[in-house]
Amino acid sequence: MKAKKMSVTAKQRRAGWIYLTPATLLIAIMSFYPMVQALFTSFKTGSSAHMRWADPIFNNYIRMFRDKLFIRSLGNTFLYLIVEVPIMLILAILLAQLLNNKDLKFKGFFRTCVFLPCATSLVSYSLIFKSLFATNGLINLILVKLGIFESNYNFLGTPSSARAIIIIALIWRWTGYNMVFYLAGLQNIEYSVYEAAKIDGANGWKTFWKITVPLLKPTIVMTMIMSINGTLQLFDESVNLTSGGPANTTITMSHYIYNNSFGKGVANFGYASALSFLVFMMVAVLSAINMKAGDKRD
Amino acid sequence: MTNVKSKAPEKTNSSSIQRRLIPTYIFLIIVSFISVFPLYWMITAATNNTVDVARGKIVFGNYAATNFKNLIAQQNLAQGMGNSFLYAGVETLAALLICSLAGYGFELYHDKAKDKLFAVLLLAMMIPQVATMIPLFKIMSHAKLLNTVWAFVLPAISTPFLIMMFRQNSRNFPVDIIEAARIDGCSEIGIFFKMYMPVQRATYAAAAVITFMNAWNAYMWPKVVMNKTSAQTMPMLIANLAAGYKVDYGVLMMGVLFCSIPTMIVFFVLQKQFAEGITGAVK
Repeated sequence: MKAKKMSVTAKQRRAGWIYLTPATLLIAIMSFYPMVQALFTSFKTGSSAHMRWADPIFNNYIRMFRDKLFIRSLGNTFLYLIVEVPIMLILAILLAQLLNNKDLKFKGFFRTCVFLPCATSLVSYSLIFKSLFATNGLINLILVKLGIFESNYNFLGTPSSARAIIIIALIWRWTGYNMVFYLAGLQNIEYSVYEAAKIDGANGWKTFWKITVPLLKPTIVMTMIMSINGTLQLFDESVNLTSGGPANTTITMSHYIYNNSFGKGVANFGYASALSFLVFMMVAVLSAINMKAGDKRD
Repeated sequence: MTNVKSKAPEKTNSSSIQRRLIPTYIFLIIVSFISVFPLYWMITAATNNTVDVARGKIVFGNYAATNFKNLIAQQNLAQGMGNSFLYAGVETLAALLICSLAGYGFELYHDKAKDKLFAVLLLAMMIPQVATMIPLFKIMSHAKLLNTVWAFVLPAISTPFLIMMFRQNSRNFPVDIIEAARIDGCSEIGIFFKMYMPVQRATYAAAAVITFMNAWNAYMWPKVVMNKTSAQTMPMLIANLAAGYKVDYGVLMMGVLFCSIPTMIVFFVLQKQFAEGITGAVK
């Protein structure tokens, strides 16, 4: 009797392991193994067919600090990160807070509108924004008609405005996405908490900072990690909205790595791997810092 | 019942509440307009010729058929749509099966060793796509899988995000049912297919929507492994449309429209599931 019972649990345990196997193997082969390979490749040099160890071994890593174009792509990526992420997240929390008002009418309509940009692919919205902000595009037409500009302005041909448009496009595409997280988070906050605050005489601004933000902290930390992660890997927008231009002034790190491995010009898998490993380190470190900062106050 | 109760006394000052909300309404209308307008513009541009689009025409025109004809003359639209549907469909089915099986296993058969494994798998969330792109390309190239559906889907089938989502949602799965089924002689895998899957319909729907959207919109990875025109996806196709020296806005937006129709339909029909899919395991 006892032996039979043992065999049943053993069978169950085995079944459990079998269920995990396909998913685990796929992640091991498709994520962890390539990550280790990328590290090895980052110490190598030469074309993809005959690669050899670099001499000195850290050559690819030394090279990136002298690579002006890479430094610029790093700067651009961080510029997008520092400007876009805070604006987007604050706007998303604000919208979620406004939409969480039970007296508000047409809530579903507003929510659908703000969420709608998420239904477009990154390439699609990049091309839409590229067309809208083109020299002969609609935005120029409106600005000239309103008398704000005298003549059509080459938004995408000027580095500073091209960067601004990438940021505007990113905010447009991702604010609703983040709002969904905050709406879900707000629904977990009891309405009575707000009622109590109102009775205590707290105004909307105060309730927002003293109640909403602290209670949403776990959600804020998570959306921050996701946004940082996503921004460090920006690719579609750089490729399709500005093509990295003008003259590579808006290029992102992922775009530059792609150009060094599969884009036009010389493929340099070793150098590209070193750059990509740096991106990995940044994602990991920033996520760790963020999680630590999120823990602290509790 | 509680609704009725709370509404009744408010009725007297509900108009003053609405009056105080006017700035909120104005703000929300502006934000909604900005959110919707680029997409509205895209659809109108698809129905106008490029000259009218450049002149600032933002109402529907009657040039849609011509734009469509020019689009299919320049690009193999049917093939692009077919490829995208095939890749996204295979990826969604495979991801749902494999990740739900894993999520179910991690939650309902959990022990110390499995919990540790789960923590290790979560680390894969931090690995950026760009970092695995070169080795994965080599793997696919060696396996002679370039330009096949497998090169597209294999790296995206098993994701910590989906596994976590299924694991989290398995928490409320009643264990007594499993015990009862075992006593009735149901096989372990039978429990999964016959009992777990039907109960978790909502989770599957949310997971399907988010996986389909991600697969349909994927761009960098297909650009690496699908270098034949016959294997290209819709995002690649429309990117090609825009790559020319002189862009025809009508044709380009017709392409963008086709690339957006499936995801728009999913969005409008399954918005709730989409929102649940995005937030995933966060509850």
